[in-house]
This record gives sequence, structure tokens and C-alpha cells, in this order.
Amino acid sequence: MSGETNPQPSDPTGRRSTPGAALGDILAARKIDPLDVVVVTDDEEEVTATKRVRTGTSVGRGAHSHGPRARILRFIMYAILFVFVLWYLAPVYVLLVTSLKPSSQVTLDKMWTLPWPPSLDGFSAAWTALAPNFVNSLKLAIPAAILSSILGSMNGYVLAKWKFRGADTLFTLILFGMFIPYQAILIPLTQVMSDVGLYGSIQGLILVHIIYGIPITTLIFRNYYAAIPTELLEAAKVDGAGFIRIYRSILLPLSASGFVVVLIWQFNSVWNDFLFAATLTTQPNWPMTVALNNLAGSFAVDWNVQMAGALIAAMPTLLVFIILGRYFVRGLLAGSLKG
Amino acid sequence: MKLPSRQILAVISVAALVAACTSSSATTAPGGATCAAAANAVQIEAVSWWTTGGESSGFNAIINKFNCDNPGYFVTNSAIAGGAGSVAQAALQSRVLAGNPPDTFQVHMGHELLDTYVTPGYMDNLDDLYSANGWTTQFPKGVLDIVSAKDAAGATHYYSVPLDIHRANVLWYNKTVFSSNNLTAPTTWDQFFTAADALKAKGITPLAVGDSGIWSNGMLLEDVLIGQLGADKFNGLWTGTTDWASADVTTALNTYKKLLTYVNTDHSSLSWDQAADYLIPASAGAQPKAAMTIMGDWAAGEFDNKGFTDYGYVAAPGGTGIYQALADSFGLPTKAAHKDGVKKFLTLLGSAAGQDIFNPYKGSVPANTGAGNPPADQKQYSTYQKWAMGEWKTDTIVPSMEHGAAAAPSWKGAIETAVTSFVANPDAAALQTALVAACKDAKVCK
Amino acid sequence: MRISRDRATSLLVIAPSVLAIGIFVYGLIVWTGYISTVQWDTLRPDYTFVGLANYQAIFAQNRFLMDIRNTVVFTISFIAASLTIGLLLANFIDRQIRAEGLFRNIFVFPMAISFIVTGVVWKWVLSPGTVETITTAGGSLLVSRPQGVNQLFGLDPASNRWLTDSHVVFLAPDSPLYGFLHSVGLGFLTSPNIGIPIALFSLVIAAVWQMSGFVMVLYLAGLRAIPEELKEAARVDGCTEWRIFRHIVFPLLTPITLSAMIILGHISLKIYDLAVAMTPGGGPGFATDTPALFMWQTAFRDDHFGRGAAVAIVMLVLVAGVVVPYLVWTRRQEVEA
Repeated sequence: MSGETNPQPSDPTGRRSTPGAALGDILAARKIDPLDVVVVTDDEEEVTATKRVRTGTSVGRGAHSHGPRARILRFIMYAILFVFVLWYLAPVYVLLVTSLKPSSQVTLDKMWTLPWPPSLDGFSAAWTALAPNFVNSLKLAIPAAILSSILGSMNGYVLAKWKFRGADTLFTLILFGMFIPYQAILIPLTQVMSDVGLYGSIQGLILVHIIYGIPITTLIFRNYYAAIPTELLEAAKVDGAGFIRIYRSILLPLSASGFVVVLIWQFNSVWNDFLFAATLTTQPNWPMTVALNNLAGSFAVDWNVQMAGALIAAMPTLLVFIILGRYFVRGLLAGSLKG
Repeated sequence: MKLPSRQILAVISVAALVAACTSSSATTAPGGATCAAAANAVQIEAVSWWTTGGESSGFNAIINKFNCDNPGYFVTNSAIAGGAGSVAQAALQSRVLAGNPPDTFQVHMGHELLDTYVTPGYMDNLDDLYSANGWTTQFPKGVLDIVSAKDAAGATHYYSVPLDIHRANVLWYNKTVFSSNNLTAPTTWDQFFTAADALKAKGITPLAVGDSGIWSNGMLLEDVLIGQLGADKFNGLWTGTTDWASADVTTALNTYKKLLTYVNTDHSSLSWDQAADYLIPASAGAQPKAAMTIMGDWAAGEFDNKGFTDYGYVAAPGGTGIYQALADSFGLPTKAAHKDGVKKFLTLLGSAAGQDIFNPYKGSVPANTGAGNPPADQKQYSTYQKWAMGEWKTDTIVPSMEHGAAAAPSWKGAIETAVTSFVANPDAAALQTALVAACKDAKVCK
Repeated sequence: MRISRDRATSLLVIAPSVLAIGIFVYGLIVWTGYISTVQWDTLRPDYTFVGLANYQAIFAQNRFLMDIRNTVVFTISFIAASLTIGLLLANFIDRQIRAEGLFRNIFVFPMAISFIVTGVVWKWVLSPGTVETITTAGGSLLVSRPQGVNQLFGLDPASNRWLTDSHVVFLAPDSPLYGFLHSVGLGFLTSPNIGIPIALFSLVIAAVWQMSGFVMVLYLAGLRAIPEELKEAARVDGCTEWRIFRHIVFPLLTPITLSAMIILGHISLKIYDLAVAMTPGGGPGFATDTPALFMWQTAFRDDHFGRGAAVAIVMLVLVAGVVVPYLVWTRRQEVEA
């Protein structure tokens, strides 16, 4: 799909046609000029504005007639959406309700009943246990996400725009790294970390996450940059710009959406990782996932504390999703994850 | 497109606020001042899986006593939850493999320790501690057998100090249900089935089992074997002197098959504590879902936690006079960094005084028969624990397979695999074949 | 010489990543492959060469065969359901509905929760409850105590067993295909090991709940990028909405479908956290057991490190079988375009 709409009005090729021959044929058959194909973002104001400019009518997307049949179909659609909303929210309800119950009231047969009286025991116990490690998780996830996205961006830049012989094979080999089961390499990884003296530290864990984040971040950025027209770079090269200058002045300003996608994905996966966290760090460097796991006793589990802890642990990633969510969609739209 | 700088700033400032407001949690031991580390104290790292509740309080209490009495050392409780077979275990084993073990670590007494760490040569023996502290007379012989191994010359060596003793073969029942149905707690499997039939006719699940992770069901198998074989022959299963293919075992497996028909239908999605909760009536006067459960003595803690007091306990059917024991213990890794300190710590763990600090919190029984009378200013033992201590002194002790005492973890794993298949498809003959093969794979049977 | 300096810089930039992947991925894969051929079955490393003995040992175990079957069934169901639901929801949300942001956030947020938490909560929700029979003089009475989903919808715990269901759907002798398959030498397809375990679908439900929102967002981006003019033109020509979807919209979404399949695939082939949280022992009769869990127990519980490595290598081969054709296919696509 097209790259992000370029704010520079002088750019004649800021809009690209979609991949694949199919669309090209369709456009040619309909005698539609590819340059007239406009990228639409999820921003509703832009949609309406574009519509007004393009067709001068007020035909909205997807609403072709206003008859009673269309209204019934729309009602059914809303009903289906509502059912899905219930499905998505049901487990959250259980989490919330259980976390607000005192420990004596937490039984399986009462999982749907509201807590009465509600109790904050679960949350206070969970917070006491999780708080010291909360900061560790921040110290881990923020640098890891930022550094691994920068690395992915540079790699994507090289593999997309500075292709050399075997670049695609190299990319394939890097991508395969995404698929190794981490349990398989746990023992030698511990050995290596111990040998280089990074065992037990947050820095070591950051390094591990950066390394194992290389495949997915490179994938996202490479596809993202592949959608940016090479003509831009050619023009810059003619002007005398080199590797670093092109990156800094052309690609980086266009990369915002890509960075958002990668940052969200990496932050999410690093924040929620338990395996590496538990194996490669020692007290007091444990991230929060270890502390969350520790809420379980060796035999019995205090479910209200466990669920309260789960909610607390999910807060930062949830916040990241909510705040950056719309940019996530824009980033994907701009070609980060197309095949 | 600009990134939402204001939002990012907001997130970062919230995070900073959180960081500023969180204080580091101190592992305060209850009932006394916490002794902090002295400036030159040697740091000793003890790894356990006691992260919450009574066990964590108890362990911190005994650690605190050590730190206060030994200012030259400072022990920390580095705990990751999970126990046997978990990520915590994998982390521990990775460290041992890398030559970087913690100073001491929690491990079940018996074959879990011996086969995993001692046989490959990662642990020092504790013979000097045992003789210096007189533990060879203070611990029951059954325990000494479990924590020791013989070397090639036939000499016995001791490898860990058991801190707490739990009993695995206990039957818990709802007293009101039993009395209103004129039932008495069964002591043999035949009595059990009679009572179970009566309960089933009333719509009460006779036996509540929560075998998510399958180990609870493995415990049932062991209880049936104990009942059929008796203590000596049961012990023989784990040393190779009792034949797994014998007729006794066949009878036991058929009893086990019958037992599983009296169990709640949703057992595989419940954990043991959720099953134990089935004994608790939803409201006063209501009928509970189930009347009995067979579980180790940590079930008492679960009932107390839920405010349920109407429970009774006896030895599991066929287990009267037989104490199926498991224990958490600590040993001395060969590559531990601070061996002297560890030895001092282990001395406290094995002493009557130390065990009287820890066990009241844990809900378990001290291994040291000299213990049992904590000073008045410390936490006291519960009614159940006092009963259990009495049994501990007189019963025959057998090891628990499910909790690491009787068999190596790989053998236990093979048995659990067989039990998993059996529970889904009860074929007693196939189970017996699998158990025979498991013993051979473990290189204990010929 | 500016060009070759840039070329040098670019190679320098990518070199650290190549090195890191080379060591930490391929180096460790090679190490794992080597370990899979040695004896090592206690905590003390033992590098006695045993050839393929470890592989023979694991393939001789029924449990491992069931694991492979579980992975295949889980992957297919998980990907199919996530793609379908994601596409459906994206389609709806694309239609300028009210409160679009709210719907989108609700559908995507499960992705922010860790798999472990998802597993724990869905284990609760899908616990079926119990059924007992009371026999009285007048006959027998069913006492049903549903929990979770059954309780919410008044379903019978005996027939809706969700996670506790040990039933495996396979071709029994009385099925019409049975005789046919046996006659063409495909008799093994009728064995219970190849059957579909019902309990596995509970796992699929939880996994789809977690990831379908993400797929929805992918498809939403794709749908939004399809110009309205294309559809308008087709409508003007008299095509129905369904034909427009089938012949214009869906083909244009192919790259997204493939990206989603890769990301979902890499999650499902390695699935561990979710399975362990929902069914720590592998489920009733190993219905929800996964190769990752089997590998974990073999290596870290039983200390059979050689066999554990063999399981890991088999997992990697399974993965390669899926990923490599995809990668080859996309490269060919890019070359053509």
C-alpha cells in the first residue's frame, strides 16, 4: 500500500500504487490514473475531506443505500459487534471482579458474582509485591524497545535500499531467527551470559531482547522502507548525499509510523516476557513478570492477589496501546506489515 | 506526522512518579526486629520457591534469626515461585551447569536431590554436620534413609537438611456431611467405597480431586498402592525389591480404577485447592459439592484461609500408621561461594529451635523429634500439627513419589505420563505395563 | 569513490546484527543440534555420541506424536479463526460506525495482556463444573453445578466439558471413510493419535481471543487503503457487494493475510505460556500438550538434555517446513513486482 502521504507539496511521487499486478490491471481497465488514487487514513476528518474534494458528493464508505434493508443489516452488524464486545470483555470482567474480592470469597462457582463488599486486599498485596520490580521492568522495556527499533530501522534501511548480492537471502536467514523456541537455547545462553559477565543484570537482559528482537524489527522496517520510492533516494544521491545523510534527512522523517509499530510491539513483548527474565536475572534485578509469578504460593494460590497483580502488570502495555493505538493503525497502513 | 509528544511525556512522568513513590520492600520477619546486614557481612544467597504466605513469613523469620545471631553473615531469601519442573528450576539448573550455583537452595529431600544433583557430583556431603549436631539420633530413621545415599564402598553419606515434614496421605472430610449421613471416616479402601456409594446416592461427589498438572492424581495412585502393599512392599517399589508386575500391584491398580469413578467430573481443570474448596458449603446449611478429598496436610491451610472449620482428618485409607513424608531441604553445593556460612545456616535449619520457628508458619511438622515446643513468644503449632507430630514420632515413614522423595524426577515424569493416559482411558493392564517400563527406564528395576 | 564508501558503511551497519544472529540464533541452533546427538541425560554433561538414538526415543513416545498432531490442529484452527474473525470485525469497523475508536480499542487490547494471564483467566472461564446423580426411591435426579461459561449460559456440564474433555474425534471403524482409508494404505489416519482432541479448542478460543484484535487492525489498515473508487466503479458495473469483496477486496488483502499468517504461525508453533497456564500437565490425556512443554519437561524436569535438544530440532524442522515456503514465495512475489 502507499507510503504515508508526504507533506511536501512539491513531491510528485508521494503516492504509490499498491503492490501486485491485479490492481494495476484494474486501474488500467477502468482508465483510472494511479496518481488519482488517494491514500485514506483512519482519521475520519480526512476521509470526509477527501471525499468532498474527490467526488463532490456525500456518499460515505460502505453506505450505498439508505433503505430499510440497509438499516436492518446495519442493526445486525451492530448486534454482532456487541456480541463480540461481550466476548472480549468477559475475561476482563472475571479478572476485575476476582481482584476486588477478599480471599475467602474467591471460589470458582462465584466467578461471575460481583464482590460485596469489595475489598482492596488483592490490589494492595499485589502492589506491595510488584512495586519494587515495576521500575526494573521500565528500566528494561523502554531501552530495549527503543534500541531494538533503532537497530531494526538501520537494518531495514540497508536491506531495503542498499541491496547487495545476497541481501534477500540474508534477510530470509535473519527472519528465520524469529522462530526458534527459546527454551531450546536457554542453557547455552545462560553459559554465554555468565562467561561475559552479564548474567544477572538488567543490561544483559536488554542485550538479549535486542538480539532476539532483530528479526521482527528488521522485518517491519524493511517492508516499510520498501514501500518508499527509490526515486527519492536517487534524487538525493544526485545531490551528493551519502548513506547517513539520506537516512537522516529523508527516511527518518518518514519513519514515525514504523517506529510506533515497532516500539509498541517490542515494548509489549519485552514487558510480558517471563522466560528470559526469570532465567537471566537475579534478585534484585527481577522485572515485574518474575514478581507477578511469585504471587503464587508453592501450593495454593491467592487468586484475588494473582488477578489484581495481572491487572497491574497489564496497565503499562494497555496504556501504550490506548495512547499510541491510532498511530499503530496508521503505521500499519503505511506499509509496515505488508508481505 | 509528529509523534504525540505530550502523551509520551505524560506516560514518562507517571512512570517517574511511580518510581519515586515505590519503596523497596523489606523482608521483615514477623515478631521481631529485622537485623540488617553489617558492613563486612558475607552475603549468602539462599534460593527457594517460598514467595508468599506462611512459608515466606516462616523462612524470613528463621533467616532473620540467623542474621541476628551471626552478624558476620547475611542470608537473603532469593525466591522464585514455581517449585519442581518450573522456570525457577530451569534457572537453577542452568546456574549449576554454568558453575555458578547459589550458596544453598531448596530442594525436596530424597531422590529429587540425590539423582539430580548428588549423583552427578554437584553437592558436598553433610556428614560432619550430622554427627556434630547429633541429627543421626534426633531425626527418625525413615528420614535418615531418605536424605542419605550410599557411595561405592557402601558408606552412608547425608546430603541435605530437612527443614519441614509434610504428610501426603491424609484424608480430609466434611464433618457435617458425614454425621448427617451416619458415616464414619473410612480407614480402609473397602470402607471408603461403602461410604462413597452412600454419598453418591445423595448427589454428593465422594472424592474431590483437582489434578490440573496431574500430580494430585499421582498421589491417589500412591495412596492406593500403600493401602494394598503396606509400608515395606511400598518402599520396595522404589528400591527394586517389589515387582511392579506383581499381582498385588494389579489389585491396587484395579482399586485405583474403581476409585476414579467416584471423582468429580471436572477434575482436570481444577487445581488441588479449588477441588478442596468443593468441601465447603456455599452457604450455611447448604450441601457442599463434595465430601472428601485426599491431599497433603497443606490442605489445612487452604481450609483455614477460606474460613472453613468443619473439617476432619484421618490417615488416607490404608495408611493408618504409615506416614508418607515429603520435606523441603537445603544442602551444600560443591561450588558454593561461602561454604562456612552455609554450614552455619544449615545448622540452624536442622536444629530444634530453628525448626520451631519455621514450621508453625508452614503448617508442617519439624523433622527434628526434639522440636515441638516453641517458646511462648513465638507462633505456636495448630491442632492439626500437634496431631501430626504425634503420628510422626510413631508411624512408619515411607517416601512420597510425587513430591520428590521416592523417585528421580524423570521416573516420576514417566509415571505421571502413564497416569495422564490412564485417567483419560482407564486401562489397568496398560497402566501396569507402563509402570513396569518406567521402573526399568529409571534403571532401578531389571 | 563515494559509492563504495556508502556501500562499506551499509555493510558495517548491518554487520553487528548479522554477527548477533549468527551467534545467538544459528550458533545456538547448531549447538542444540549437536546436543541432540549425544547421551547427556543427567545434570553432568555427557558428550558421548549416540547418533539418532534420542530421536528414536522421542518418536517412540505416544505423547510426542500427540504433541505434533496438537500443533498441527492448533495452528490450523488458530490461524483460520483469527483471520476470519479479524477480517469480519475489520469489515464492520470499516463502515463508518459510531464509536469506532472504542470498538477498536476493545478488540485490540487483549494483545497487551501476557499469555500467562490469558491462560489463567480462560482456564477459569472454561471450567465446566460438575454433575452428580442423586438416586432416590422415585428414580434418579441430575444435580448439575455448572461454572464459568456453562454457568453463564445455563449449559450442561456433562456435555460441555471444555478443557476437561478427553474426547478425541477420530475416524472410528463405523465411519464410512474408515474402510476406504485402510484399503488405500492410509490406515494410520484413523488412529486416535491423529484424531482431533476436543479440549484443544478451548486453547484455541483463548488464543484467538488474544490475537484476533491484532489481525483486525492489520486488515483494517488494508481495507482502508483500498480506494473507494475501485469499488464504486465495480458497483456501477453491476457487481454485488459479495462479488466485489471476493474479486477485488480479498485479493488486495493477500499480503496482509500472509503477514498475519506468519506472525500467528510463529506464535502458535512455539506456544508454551498459554498452554502451560491453562493445562499445566498437558491437558486430559495430553489433549492440549505442546512440543514446547514436552521439551521443557524432558530437559529441565527429567534432565534428559539430549532428548530435549532432539525435540527442539524437530520443532525447528516443523517451523522450517512452514516458513521456508512462505519466504520463498514472497521473494518470488517481490522479484515479479
